[in-house]
Amino acid sequence: MRARITFTKQGALRYTGHLDLHRLWERAMRRAELPLAYSQGFHPQPKISIAAALPLGFSSRAEVLDVRLNEELSTQEITDKLKNSLPKDIQITQVESVEERLPALQTLILSAEYEVHLTEPVEGSDLKRKIEETKQSETLPRERRGKFYDLRPLIERLEMETDANGKHCLFMTLTAREGATGRPEEVLNALGIEPEYTRVERTKLIFKE
Amino acid sequence: MLTPEQIETKLDRILLKVQKPGRYVGGELNSTVKEWDKVQTKVAFVFPDIYDIGVSNVGLKILYDQINQREDALAERAYAPWVDMEALMREHGIPLYALESKQPLACFDLIGFTLPYETLYTNALNILDLAGIPVRSADRDETHPIIIAGGHSATNPEPMHAFIDAFAIGEGEEVIHDIVDVIQRVKGQRSKVNGEDLRPSTFDRNYLLLELAKIPGVYVPSFYETTYLDDGTVAQTIPIRPEAPKVVNKRIVAKLPPPPLKFIVPNIEVVHNRVSVEIMRGCTRGCRFCQAGMITRPVRERSVQEVVDAADEAVRSTGFEELALMSLSSSDYTYINELVDAISKRFEGRKLSVNLPSLRIESVSIDLMDKLKQHRTGGFTLAPEAASERMRRIINKFIPDEEIINTTRDIYSRGWTTIKLYFMIGHPSETLDDVQAIVDLCRRVIDEGRKVAGWKVKLHAGVSTFVPKPQTPFQWVACDTRENILEKQALLKRQLLKDKSIKLSWTKPEDSLLESWLSRGDRRMAEVIYTAWTKGAKFDAWDEEKKQEAWLTAFEEHGLDPAFYTHRQRRTDEIFPWEHITAAVRKSFLFQDFRQSLEGQIRVDCRLNCFACGILPTFANLRRENPGEGWKCPDVKSPAQKINIELPVVGD
Repeated sequence: MRARITFTKQGALRYTGHLDLHRLWERAMRRAELPLAYSQGFHPQPKISIAAALPLGFSSRAEVLDVRLNEELSTQEITDKLKNSLPKDIQITQVESVEERLPALQTLILSAEYEVHLTEPVEGSDLKRKIEETKQSETLPRERRGKFYDLRPLIERLEMETDANGKHCLFMTLTAREGATGRPEEVLNALGIEPEYTRVERTKLIFKE
Repeated sequence: MLTPEQIETKLDRILLKVQKPGRYVGGELNSTVKEWDKVQTKVAFVFPDIYDIGVSNVGLKILYDQINQREDALAERAYAPWVDMEALMREHGIPLYALESKQPLACFDLIGFTLPYETLYTNALNILDLAGIPVRSADRDETHPIIIAGGHSATNPEPMHAFIDAFAIGEGEEVIHDIVDVIQRVKGQRSKVNGEDLRPSTFDRNYLLLELAKIPGVYVPSFYETTYLDDGTVAQTIPIRPEAPKVVNKRIVAKLPPPPLKFIVPNIEVVHNRVSVEIMRGCTRGCRFCQAGMITRPVRERSVQEVVDAADEAVRSTGFEELALMSLSSSDYTYINELVDAISKRFEGRKLSVNLPSLRIESVSIDLMDKLKQHRTGGFTLAPEAASERMRRIINKFIPDEEIINTTRDIYSRGWTTIKLYFMIGHPSETLDDVQAIVDLCRRVIDEGRKVAGWKVKLHAGVSTFVPKPQTPFQWVACDTRENILEKQALLKRQLLKDKSIKLSWTKPEDSLLESWLSRGDRRMAEVIYTAWTKGAKFDAWDEEKKQEAWLTAFEEHGLDPAFYTHRQRRTDEIFPWEHITAAVRKSFLFQDFRQSLEGQIRVDCRLNCFACGILPTFANLRRENPGEGWKCPDVKSPAQKINIELPVVGD
């Protein structure tokens, strides 16, 4: 069967990268004694695929992975088996059974939503103006690792809220298709905010229907 | 003092700027996080190298579990931050903290360092400094934690005597509880319960240290004084307080306690991602160069059932894909065949790779590896240590060439393409002929291998340099000189590197020198260590952080000659800096063994014949109270016959 697991990645786990997270899930599923399906070949690997790499330092409320099992289990059984096998900073929020023949998870993803908390005081009106400017602009040419690209079309939504204590929070939805992925820190950069004074959380991954 | 919350806030600002930030955040499965305010005594265990290496250390894991099983104490962990992280921590004023609670190390009652190898000494100083704790014991007061250390290097604690409050000599499983009990008694914590402020306003640090000195196996260096002879050697080291014993004898456990089952599962890749189960402690082979073999006696084995059950449970609780069955000499485990059968049966079809290190050079070893269905890609490791008959007799590791050739030929013919052979150069009285013998043996191994398995066969010769260690029969001998080592290494390189099928690795002479200064030094070395550290020496085991200059300048500043520690044959009547510390193997036994080595006499496995090393009389009561199969010493009728050897005097 093909099971889809939605999970959180918080606390210390923010500093575990994509490949290490993959390894972490392999071990967790072995601890849970799930009947993992393995790839063929000299070094058989369990068939686990994680939807989208989460940049180091970000937390997430909604990461998604697909895993293939050799036996049919109920989603409740999978949840129960995994419950005590995970480090405390990963919590499973949903397990569903999905169609075996669907394309690979990575190819189904369209965009991702983020919440950005600013940890240092920032002048609210300034920020608001910069956000408007960004949204008004036709293009936002940027360079990343020697490549030039336009950030603007990757920003699908960009809003801000201020709480009673004057703390600001940004909400953004960025395109996350293969070859066209918007990165929250690039948006922060465009807004003149130092990423080191923020806490970024991915709140949702949006997939093709 | 910063709170854990303040530390975490500061960490979030810097962690994305360092390599592998996952080293510094904890949160691993199987780590134990207790409520800080509800536990009386706080212990931090430190492995003074980076997380990637330290996190899988089994010794600290045992102690961590021992303490966390108590309701009245908690144990947490800390490691040496890598240089990038250290720089940022200093810049942002973040003290070194423990991974579980993020509490500064300075808030703990007790900090326990493990010092398995000497090149960690500067890191230990650096860690104390990073934690905001005075580096020297003498500068600490009632507001600071008690700093203890243990591990194999503690068999000569003197070079670190100025920095460590108390050393635990020998095995730590029981003594750690004694130490915690004393701390609780003196600090008045024992009777107090939940909720209250448990830390008394004052306690007398010196009194606490005196109480620690009364615990068998605990060495408190500040209660001893060393005097020196005119030639610079030690005259004597004697206690200056009646509470401190003249000689500190190591502690052992009568029976190996149940092995740890819940290994920490790191959230990032580290050096060893594996379950380790110790199948046996100690070794009866008596190789004269081997410190571990001398200081971990007697041999105690776990039962096959206990090992297999523990391995199963630990593999389930970690999900690790590798299992290591640990001992100094797997082939000597009494039920090795039964163990290997039971392991392969229990883990059949479970995609687990099993590591069985230190196998004897004989075809039976290949059968064992076959049964474990190991990938043949990993190579097969054997350790002849020397290649000429004369040398093998001297070091008491006697394996005839034919045995080696037959075994390696068999390994190649059974499908392994790579064999690793470990040798040492710099053994006592070694000549270039003995080194040439290593070359000749390697060539024969490859030639014979090609006959049975063709041109694909490969050989990796790992040739390290011997350092004579304290508490061994070779403690009297000098280290080989830098020039000799270089000449011997040049010979190996010239002749072995021609063959593309042979890979050669070796130890830099500078590394061996540092190791020998630190392992053979006396109390005066402490100042050298301190000065070298202030001049930037740290991570001395790491190539990229080498600071040879710092060490040489430090020797010079303190008017000490490095060669005094390394290149001097020690007089037969010399008092060693470690004379007042014993692993229960008598000096007279070691000396007799040293004399036999000079005569090329070998000693058989001491399971077969007791050579009266001193273990049995020292621990006679312990053995009597714990009868059974556990100890592998032969039965000795009389209370161990006393060996009386007159130690010859200078010039003999």
